[in-house]
Amino acid sequence: MQIDLRTVTIKPLRHTFDNIARRIGADKPASRYQEGTLDMQQTANFHYRPTWDPEHDIYDASRTAIKMADWYAFKDPRQFYYGAYTLARAKQQDTAEANFDFVENRGLAATLPESVRDTVLQLLLPLRHVAWGSNMNNASVCAYSYGTGFSQPHIYQAMDQLGIAQYLTRVGLLLGDVESLDEAKRAWMEDDTWQGLRRYVEDSFVIKDPVELFVAQNVALDGLLYPLVYETIIDDVLSSKGGTAVAMLTQFMTDWFAETRKWVDATVKIAAAESAENKEVMAGWLSQWRDRSAAALLPVARIALGDRTDEVMAEVVQQFNARMAKAGVAI
Amino acid sequence: MDMQVAKKKLGLKERYAVMTRGLDWTPSYQKMEDIYPYIAYEGIKIHDWDKWEDPFRLTMDAYWKYQAEKERKLYAIIDAFNQNNGHLNVTDARYVNTVKLFISGISPLEYVAHRGFAHAGRAFPGPGPRVACLMQSLDEIRHAQTQVHAISNYNKYYNGMHDFHHMHDRVWFLSVPKSFFDDAITAGPFEFMVSIGFSFEYVLTNLLFVPFVSGAAYNGDMGTMTFGFSAQSDEARHMTLGLEVIKFILEQDPANVPIVQRWIDKWTWRGYRVLTLVAMMMDYMLPKRTMSWKEAWEVYFEENGGALFKDLARYGITMPKCAEQIALEKDHLSHQAWSTFYNYAAAANFHTWMPDEDEMAWLSSKYPESFDKHYRPRYEFWREQAAKGNRFYNKTLPMLCQTCQIPMLFTEPGDPTKICYREVDYKGDKYHFCSDHCKEIFEHEPEKYVQAWLPVHQIYQGNCFPEGTDPTVEGFDPLAAVLKYYNLEHGRDNLDFDISEDKKNFAEWRGQATKNI
Repeated sequence: MQIDLRTVTIKPLRHTFDNIARRIGADKPASRYQEGTLDMQQTANFHYRPTWDPEHDIYDASRTAIKMADWYAFKDPRQFYYGAYTLARAKQQDTAEANFDFVENRGLAATLPESVRDTVLQLLLPLRHVAWGSNMNNASVCAYSYGTGFSQPHIYQAMDQLGIAQYLTRVGLLLGDVESLDEAKRAWMEDDTWQGLRRYVEDSFVIKDPVELFVAQNVALDGLLYPLVYETIIDDVLSSKGGTAVAMLTQFMTDWFAETRKWVDATVKIAAAESAENKEVMAGWLSQWRDRSAAALLPVARIALGDRTDEVMAEVVQQFNARMAKAGVAI
Repeated sequence: MDMQVAKKKLGLKERYAVMTRGLDWTPSYQKMEDIYPYIAYEGIKIHDWDKWEDPFRLTMDAYWKYQAEKERKLYAIIDAFNQNNGHLNVTDARYVNTVKLFISGISPLEYVAHRGFAHAGRAFPGPGPRVACLMQSLDEIRHAQTQVHAISNYNKYYNGMHDFHHMHDRVWFLSVPKSFFDDAITAGPFEFMVSIGFSFEYVLTNLLFVPFVSGAAYNGDMGTMTFGFSAQSDEARHMTLGLEVIKFILEQDPANVPIVQRWIDKWTWRGYRVLTLVAMMMDYMLPKRTMSWKEAWEVYFEENGGALFKDLARYGITMPKCAEQIALEKDHLSHQAWSTFYNYAAAANFHTWMPDEDEMAWLSSKYPESFDKHYRPRYEFWREQAAKGNRFYNKTLPMLCQTCQIPMLFTEPGDPTKICYREVDYKGDKYHFCSDHCKEIFEHEPEKYVQAWLPVHQIYQGNCFPEGTDPTVEGFDPLAAVLKYYNLEHGRDNLDFDISEDKKNFAEWRGQATKNI
């Protein structure tokens, strides 16, 4: 027997909001990403100028040297609005939790060769502070950039980086203890190995142009650091020395970088494709910050790579250049 | 195999400390004042950021987990509501006008809060408050988006909210909530925290959310009720942050007390003025009422707020002075506001109406001192006129208060028969105010408030017509041009509820859903 469920069908007066219809070309049903992103930021008739920055409006596209006819040209290929974002992270969180449990319950931390364990503590733990710096920088881009299409992913990125700093802390507590964290902070503050990177991060704190800050942090620094540390050192070098457990503990970072670079690349591409002027500005920032971050990461990489450092770093830089060329900026 | 020595488990507080506070360091390659440029100019003195008590000790893993669960539930309910034409279960289509107010007046403010907390979070050198602010920034974009998503379905069937972003930046009365948040985000980071984190989120939020959310529930609007409840658990966190901010600032230095007191006075008054919209929603716009504005004020401000200020007395903070005037206005606020919107219903993005006999009886019972004496006769007259085909729409523009931007519709404290006007001469210009409190706020920061984008002035200066409009052509209709600039569709989005498409469609659709036709 077949039962037909009858529902009342009412013809809607319209399918979405006017601003969305104006942008997607017709009164079509819109996605939640579109309705939660497009034109969310106010654009007109601001009442007062910021007392803390009277040169600018509350939201002001002139805070950056990048010029866009429409800032909503920036789209997040992940289509992250808050709901999609938290659901994605909660899922990764489940995996990460299972990985930590696996390593902990089987006592895998204790089976790590001592050299691997020491390398991990020396290399990974000071990176907590780099992630914390990224949290600040991404908050800054979110606060002072223009248009929700561009600003929105930065609050997610800010909180992701806080999450990463906290994962690194857990790795530290699992493989070491609170003293390991203190020792890593001391190294971060005092050891020569880390001063180039610390200077890079502190210098990035005073970058006023939000798009340049996006480049310095999310494109250049992360663009070298993640492939170098998580993909090369941990997944290849340390794993071959019996450190697979570490790769499990940092899977979040590996997956996270693979995902976020799609957004980063799309953002670079859209900014550069807008005009020859933008492309030139982007290329200038990219090469300047790439060179600085490669130099800052070199002594850090040496902790794990020893003699092979220069060669690996050159490879990572080359991959980065190829990635940027694909995004439309030859550097 | 060696026996593994069990590691000492960290307590919650210690664990949170290494997960958050331990991440921070004192920079040396750049100066603190260059990294945190907005921290000194308000005059607030902080000696020890570590004294900040983290109210929640939430780490990101826990945050994602809980929030994702809430999102899953929320969107499941929104989807079910939409699929089942849940909007037809509301009491009557007049109710939908509260949703219009909400999406054009409140949801855009959630977005500003998102950006504002990102700014404050970046500005504070202390890791505790930074993380708390950034989590709130993330929550606030959640609120803006879940509201848009929940209300999107109403927009498909009802008028007035189809271009709410555009309207928020332009429509005259939406300048009131917009200017409130513009004021907050253009203030320094500490004042932002006191204005939004404390005054709004802590002291006044119940007056906004309880009527809206329980109003939604009372009137059968599951969609709005659900996002309201879902936001409420975030709000609890935000309220705690708001209170923590105040205590922290006050405990740091006695010199902070007078600065904070001024902010509390200012933001309580500005927040209360914005809540005028809520007052009329409660007393007039909910077909099924939850409680009167006056009752809500008594419970949430006079009782709860009173207890809070008693607590804060040990720091030297006193009840905002404006509370006295508000107590005198509570018998009149909603009636005066509704009368004004009834007048200006041609230029608003929602419908108005005169209360029916039952509703008038309810209003008399809730406002025995004022309703029958001052407002019922006015309404009866307007109703008679409307019945004769003379529904009155005011086409002249009112004078606005320079600070709160509300038309000068309020009466003298203690004399409901006399409009209250105040004025100030500043650098050769005259500025007008609705009250002593708005005048005082202006006088403290005149350079800020002279910038106000006052809709009426802007209309008269010709700045609120669509581009390319020539106001000198014969037969030019300024109101029609202004409505075009608002993208308000005359005859659909505005005017009286009785003649509205909303009313007609709702009756027809409900008929389809409940009758055999």
